[in-house]
Parts: sequence; C-alpha cells; structure tokens
Amino acid sequence: MELRTQPFVINFGPSHPSTHGVFRMRTILDGEVIVDMEPVFGYLHRGIEKLAEGRTYTQNIPFTDRLDYLSSMSQNHAYVLAVEKLAGIEVPERAEYLRVIMSELMRISNHLMAVGFLTSDLGAMMTPLLYMWREREKILDFLEMICGQRLTYNYMRIGGMSHDIPPEFLPAVKKFVREMPGFIDEYDQLLAENEILLVRTKGVGILPRDVAINNSCSGPMLRGSGVEWDIRKADPYSIYDRFDFYVPTGVVGDVYDRYRVRVEEMRQSVRILEQALEQLPEGEYCAKVPSLIRPPKGEVYGHIEAPKGELGFYLVSDGSIAPYRFRIRPPSLINITVLNEISRGWKIGDLIVIFGSVDICLGEVDR
Amino acid sequence: MRVWDYIVDLISEVRADWIDWLQDVDLPSSLIVFLDSILGILLILLMVFPIVLIFMWVERRFLARFQLRPGPNRCGPLGLLQPIADAIKIMLKEFIAPAKCDKLVHWIAPVIVFFPALAVFAVIPIGGRADDLAGTGIGALADLNIGILYIVAIGSVGVVGIFMAGWGSNNKYSLLGAMRAVAQLVSYEVPMVLSIMGVVLIAGSMSLGDIVEQQNVPFMLLQPLGLFIYLMGALAELNRSPMDQLEADSELTTGYHTEYSGMKFGMFFVGEYINTVAVAAIISTLFLGGWKVPWNIAFPVWLFFVMKVFIVFMVIIWMRATLVRIRIDQIMSFSWKFLLPMALINIFITAGEILIWREWMTGWEYFPWPFMFVNWVVAAALIIVWSKAFFKLGGGRVEVREVRAGYSQGLGSNPQAPVS
Repeated sequence: MELRTQPFVINFGPSHPSTHGVFRMRTILDGEVIVDMEPVFGYLHRGIEKLAEGRTYTQNIPFTDRLDYLSSMSQNHAYVLAVEKLAGIEVPERAEYLRVIMSELMRISNHLMAVGFLTSDLGAMMTPLLYMWREREKILDFLEMICGQRLTYNYMRIGGMSHDIPPEFLPAVKKFVREMPGFIDEYDQLLAENEILLVRTKGVGILPRDVAINNSCSGPMLRGSGVEWDIRKADPYSIYDRFDFYVPTGVVGDVYDRYRVRVEEMRQSVRILEQALEQLPEGEYCAKVPSLIRPPKGEVYGHIEAPKGELGFYLVSDGSIAPYRFRIRPPSLINITVLNEISRGWKIGDLIVIFGSVDICLGEVDR
Repeated sequence: MRVWDYIVDLISEVRADWIDWLQDVDLPSSLIVFLDSILGILLILLMVFPIVLIFMWVERRFLARFQLRPGPNRCGPLGLLQPIADAIKIMLKEFIAPAKCDKLVHWIAPVIVFFPALAVFAVIPIGGRADDLAGTGIGALADLNIGILYIVAIGSVGVVGIFMAGWGSNNKYSLLGAMRAVAQLVSYEVPMVLSIMGVVLIAGSMSLGDIVEQQNVPFMLLQPLGLFIYLMGALAELNRSPMDQLEADSELTTGYHTEYSGMKFGMFFVGEYINTVAVAAIISTLFLGGWKVPWNIAFPVWLFFVMKVFIVFMVIIWMRATLVRIRIDQIMSFSWKFLLPMALINIFITAGEILIWREWMTGWEYFPWPFMFVNWVVAAALIIVWSKAFFKLGGGRVEVREVRAGYSQGLGSNPQAPVS
C-alpha cells in the first residue's frame, strides 16, 4: 500500500514566539520536513526612508536608532559617518575613539542577545538567555550613564558626540573589559561543549560560501561561511586601522559556525575596547559644526560593519538642509534572503534554529 | 507526631462510620464498595493537590534561582501563595473554543489527560502497605498485586487525551504537536516498561508494596541502567525539557494545548505537574527504596518518601533548566536505537544474575553486593559507548523534491498537493 501524503501550509508568525518580532514564515511542510518557505515581512514598516527626506540631517539621527534597536549606537555611527563624508566634516580624535568604544560595546551587547536568543530558540528554557542578559545589562548601564537612554541612544552627532562621557564611565568600562573574557569563556564552555547543542547545530543550515557571496550576505552570516570580509578591515572607516584584532571566520557555514563567529567577535571586540580605552585622548568631543548642515550637491555611500552585517547609508544631497534621498542598506533584510535556500529539507525545529542563527532585527528589515 | 496519628485515626474512624451507615441503610454490597472508594478518591485529591501546589512553587522558585532571577515572591511569605493565586485566576478565565473545533473532543481531552495522572497515586505506597492505613502511617490506598501493570496501563491513557486535544483544536500547530506526541510517547513506553522489568525480576512481584519491602538496599544500586532508562523515558513522557517536543513553545507555540484557555488549560497544566510528581514517586518507589529507611529512626516514614520524591523532582527541574531541546528525529532514534537495546541488555543481565543469586549464592540473601559493581560497570560502559555512537547517527536534512512546480503560484491558496 502506498501512503499518499499531502504537504500543507503553515504560517510561522506574524506573532510567533521565535520570529523575533513581527515576521511571517509561510512554510509548506511535508510532515515535519520543510519543503518550501517564503518569508513575509513589512509588518513593522514605518517609512523611515521617506520620512527622513522631510527632516534635516541632524533630525534624522533618532530615526536611525529605530532601525536595529538592539544596536542603536552602531546605526548612529553609520549615518553620521555618511553625512560627514557628504559634507566633508573632520571629526576630532576623541570623538572617533568614543565612537569606536560605543560601537564595540554595542557589538558585544548585540552578539550576547543573538547567542542568547539562539539558545532560547533551541529550547533551553531561557536559562542561557538570562545569563547573557546579565552582561548585556552592564553594557546598557554604561550607555545609560552617558546618554540617559537604554535602548534608543541618539548619542552621536554629525561631527562628534552630543556631549562628553561622565567621569565614572571609564573606570566602569575598564572593569567590564577586564571581566568580560572570563564570562565569555564560561558561557562558551557551558554551551559549546553540550552534546545536545552540538548535535542540534552542527551541520544544520549550511550556507555554502558561493551562495553567501551571491546573495550579498554580510556580517557573521558571511564570515560563518568562511569568507574573511569585515569592513573594519576591508575598508577601514573611523580609526579601525589603528587597532590590532583579527576577523574570525567559520569553515562549514552551519549554525554552529555562525555561533562560533559571534563568540569570537565578542572576544575581538573586547580586545579593541582594551586598546581604545588605553589610547583614548583628551580633547574636543565634537567638531564645530553649523546647526543646519547644507552639504554640497552630490551623493555618498557610507558603510560600517554593524553587528549584524554591512550597514550602509546612501545619501543624495541637493544642497538643501534635508537629504534628497535617504536609502538604507539593511544587513538583516539581505541576510534573510537566503533563509529559504538554507532551511529547505530541514525540520521545523531546525527552521527555528536556522532563523535564529541569522540574527535579524525586524525594525531594520521593515524600516 | 501526635497530630499525625490523630488525623490517621480520624480518617479510619470516619471510614468505619461511613461503612456502618451504608450497611444500616441496607444498600447492596457492590454499591457499598463503590461508595467506600469515593472516600479513597477524596483522600487522593486531598493529598495530591497540596503536594502539587507546593511542588509548583518549588519548581518556579528553583528554576528562577537557576536563571538569576528571584521568582515569585509577592503573594504571601516567599511567594508561597502564588500557585493558589494562579489557580484562582485560571478558574475565573473564560473558556474559549475555536469556532470550527470538534466540540466534544475538545472538551473531553483535558479530562482524559488529567484523571489518569491522578489515578496513579492510588497504588503508590506512601508509608507502608495498604492495611497500614490505620497503623503506623498512611499506606497505599490500594495495594494491587499488579501495581506496576496498573501504573503502566493508566500512564499510557494520557496519550489519547493529548492526541484528542491536538485533533479537536482544529489548529495546525496543535495537530503537529499531537502527531509528535503519539510518535514520542508510544516509542518511549517500550524502553520504560522494559526498564521496570529489571526491578520486577529482582523483587519477584509486581505489587509496589512487595517491591518496597524487598529493598533492603535501594534497587538503584542494582539497577543503575534501569533507573537511567526510566528517567529518560519519564522525561519524554512528561514532555519536559530536554524532550518537550510536544509543547516546544519556540517551535509549535506550546503544541497541543495552543487553543486551550481557562481551567481547560489549567487541567493540562496541573495534569503535567501531577504526572511529574507521580513519576518522581514511582522512581522513588521502584529504585530508591520507597518508604523504607535503612536505619531505625523515630520519624514518620512517609516523610522519607516525600523527601525522596522531592530529590527526584529536583533532578527533573535541574535538567529542565539546563538542557536544550532535542530534535524530533533525534528523540525517536534515541528511544529506538539507544534506550531500547540497553533496556533489553539490562533485562538479560539482570535475569542471569537473579538465576545465580537464587540458585548458587547462599549467604547473600540480604543484598548481592558483587552484582552491584558488575551492573554499575556495565551501565557506565554501555552509556559511554552508545552515546559516542548515538551522536554520530544524525538524521538531519531530507532531500526535498521540487514540489514548487506544482503550486509555486498557489502558496497563498490551499494547494492541491502533487501526487507522486
């Protein structure tokens, strides 16, 4: 007797515990096996790109906070970098260092969340996630110290920062930087040597190197597949050429490799923080910039290595106080375009894990 | 322990009066037996519900400690009243049934899951044999001579309820959870039953009272492999992490009880806790020596039993807080390729040992110590060797046929699947 089976459609989302926001995965399942998957997004669309055309360059900075709200500071950084490139503004030394410190703190915080949510998607009853949050909480405390906010910071300005750091900030961060490698080792031992975690992640959701490049993936997604591409090294912005760090890459391109890359990146971020805190010069925290910036006519693409990948801002100026065109290159959106290819043939549990390993933020995907 | 003796006396007196009264009003004797058992049912409820409420609090507090948070601490001292507050809240909630659900199946399912879990407690000897009820402490409510068979049989009724819940909800998540439930629970029943067989062989009886009385030293020492297999199987039966595939809240949004609300959900929830306590009680009875204490002490024995149950429960909570979920195909292969062969080997070894023990070993009646070392070495070797092999077995990706051609446009509509 031949069993006749029928694939059926099931919607994961828009509100599903592990879609990390409002995201829908319309899957065709054959029993437990994923036959086809179509990502549906746009539930969080706020039209930031259009809104930004009606506001001045400085007024647009809070919008960038609301893109990837888990690493707002990096979004600020990318935007102000693009505007400075467009207007030709020189940034003081101290401000550059502060930006690097903020970006790296943000990267650690983001990767802690990414790894924590990955374990939560694996079904670990929140325990690892809450341990990750303990460290993230410290970083949020630092950022609250400097700008009074814990999620959307709006701290960077065109030409520097909005104000200088308070005196208690540096000792606190130095203590954190001393302690953090120990915590990373501890979590790594707890997680990476767990047989169940290994058997759930190793070889799962393999993203081949050429597929990753063809789909213009970036960030830990791309590096997990073994491509050594980090904008901090490939196209050094800010002052990243002064620091000594290396770009971790994976071998196979599976979920486990992406996880490893994130953990290693946290270690490298701590190294960068160490050096930046040591070298931090005295001086101005912001350049003298007119309150209404009128960049000359032209267009510019400024990009940074955000925690989730290459974050770019493409700005077109017509010489007025507002950008003529404000275009974001969202790493999360471009990274999930490969989701269908890497999740087909895996089971439901794996789909959730693969999706978690991509590490997206819906604020950035939908904009 | 005056108060305790007083309560026990009171219960037995009430029971005697009750039966006297029933005989006075001249009821048929079969009806008297039935009405008499109502007292037993009430006793189970009175005993189990407070225990479950306390254990619920214990689990939440300890889980919170594992997770660096304080846990419930607002209702009453140390948050002890939190389960009661939750129970009141859940009883006041509205029952919501999906519009196109199978009403009858949807309603009956929680009952079918709930009451078998409760019924297991009837045979568990808490502080002695059944006739000890009026004596030293509270004993079992019924000392069946096939107690283990009863537990196994009653324990597997819950699967039907879970499948009914998944089917009757008219929800795809629930249905997936239900399919997983049937696959997983039925597979784990086999190694679980086989692992108990070792204990039955040693004790030579299926009555739980006999088994406890045979344990001069806890059977855990003679049956390490049996305990391991039973614990793994029980975790899968209880659908607790790391084997909570039926619920899998990050995948299936709690699976079969997605569509349940109010007390109907509460019955699933409390039923799961009762099941957990029941499994802890069964493990302490079969493997940890039940109410028996290796030394004489002026202390009610049932308290030792509760302590053993508590320890087993803590182990289950600990695993829940620590481990990540296993994928469904890995769970299935874990049962069939890992636990089942080990359970069979365990039965063969135990049977051989029993033969040697009964026939040739005079002077070792109290406890066959040499076999303890043999069994522990065998258990450790088997687990180590098999686990190395198991994690290489994999499963993993399935080559997917290109079905897109059939309905690449029809993703949104209800696609007619291509027939292969």
